[in-house]
Amino acid sequence: MTQTDRITIFFAWTIGIICIIFLMLPIVITVATSFTSSAVYTLPPPEWSLRWYRSLDRRSGLWEAVQLSLNLALISTAISIVLGTMAAIAVARGEFRGKQAIATFTVSPLMMPGLVVGVAMLQFFREIGLRDAYWSLLLAHVVITLPFVMRTLLASMGAFDFSLIDAARTLGMSYPRAILKVLIPNLAPAYLTGGLFAFLASMDNYPISIFLTDARNKTLPIKMLQYLEEQPDPSLAAMSSGLIVMAIVVLVVASRTVGLNKMIDT
Amino acid sequence: MIARSNRIALLAVPGLAFLAIIYALPLFLLLFKSIQGAEGLTLASYIDFFGDEFNRTVLWRTLRVALLTTLLALVIAYPTAFAMARAKGIWLTVFLVALVLPMSLGVIVKAFAWSILFRSNGFINTTLQAIGITDEPVRMLFTETALVIGAANVFLPFMVLPIYSVIRQLNKSLPEAASSLGATPWFRFTRVTLPLSLPGVVAGSAFTFSLAISMYVIPSLIVGERQQTLSMLIARSFLYLRNEPLGSTISAVLLAIAIFVVLFSSWLAGRLGARQ
Repeated sequence: MTQTDRITIFFAWTIGIICIIFLMLPIVITVATSFTSSAVYTLPPPEWSLRWYRSLDRRSGLWEAVQLSLNLALISTAISIVLGTMAAIAVARGEFRGKQAIATFTVSPLMMPGLVVGVAMLQFFREIGLRDAYWSLLLAHVVITLPFVMRTLLASMGAFDFSLIDAARTLGMSYPRAILKVLIPNLAPAYLTGGLFAFLASMDNYPISIFLTDARNKTLPIKMLQYLEEQPDPSLAAMSSGLIVMAIVVLVVASRTVGLNKMIDT
Repeated sequence: MIARSNRIALLAVPGLAFLAIIYALPLFLLLFKSIQGAEGLTLASYIDFFGDEFNRTVLWRTLRVALLTTLLALVIAYPTAFAMARAKGIWLTVFLVALVLPMSLGVIVKAFAWSILFRSNGFINTTLQAIGITDEPVRMLFTETALVIGAANVFLPFMVLPIYSVIRQLNKSLPEAASSLGATPWFRFTRVTLPLSLPGVVAGSAFTFSLAISMYVIPSLIVGERQQTLSMLIARSFLYLRNEPLGSTISAVLLAIAIFVVLFSSWLAGRLGARQ
């Protein structure tokens, strides 16, 4: 190894460590401020206290927002997994032109401006007479979650050995049953990863949901931004810390079953 | 009888039909309505939009912030991906956790954390004063620099991961082969590693740029109303001003930029793929 090599590697590691600190900084800051006793965000806190966690009880509508967000995220991810599995099988096994175009199209909502998609949906739903906020939100959240599921499924089905399906069919399984009993268990890591990121994207979406809510149906991100405007005290840091704990628990479970390496592969 | 592979192709129909009706059609109608005038098609709303100096400032600011965010993320991400591709064991786990944990957290949580950090009595200012870099608190919240730093932080994982996966897959013997043929380290990096990692750079930059031109939560928490971006103009014209035609026009402008980025990056990726 030459001198230049050593300098390059040292430089890369220095930036790498700065990058780790930079990425973790907002998380650490949020958790630290949530335990403050003061009403302003001073660091380090004058005294440690749980008062902002207790104050979450008094936030009106918080629990309803959490329930609505969980409901939308779970149902839309489930629908996306069904639609995504079918479409990904078609792209992997079907013989037709324009497969690449289908792949690009199904993943494209990831790169489209959320607010614009939200505005377009609002105008469209109004024109076809769909006025129910819950159903509008659910349809929109399927569009939000589907690209995440498609991205991982397309990648993993490209590498899947479909002769296993043929073998199961020879042994007397119907095609849908072979998919359910052979393909899905084999691709479990892809389903877990895609489903997880889809779920999180739905839980976090603000730009599309904001156009489709009404007074009674407010998702958690919308409620959080509303609290921030009305009463920006450290109880928001406590709320955020709750979400951080949730993310850590989900990631520990996912990394035990799939492995962190596999999660970023797709 | 239809061949089985053709029947399998039909499995794509429900998903595609759903996206076509709920996602593509509304976007198409939005674009169409923005050029629809009282008598036939017209570009009047665009001429009005670009004729206004305020709008041009906002458009230029949106593009500038997105570009700077992408550059800052790239400058941090490339060496990081390089180091990560060499990391093993516990270090690799540390890198992976530092990337995946923030990715699993909502944008609101992170943007809110940055708005605390940038306050004049916040962590960054207290640290700067404690180590004597400055005597007075520096105004950081509500500045474009703060916005770029916060946005780069939120989008950084999407830049690191594609570059990492390309560098990792680079045949390890390739730079060594170049070296055994007498290439200098600099020559090896510029002629072997860098060109081969460009697809990852293009993928990461395109994704980061398209997220950055359309971000809404991050600027509204870090810069507020003082430094409008296209997204904030859209939200304002629909949610506060109730000016739908204006909102639709700005939406169409932003959509056109987003579609251009998608097409341009996939063309660039195709060119890079063909060259290799």
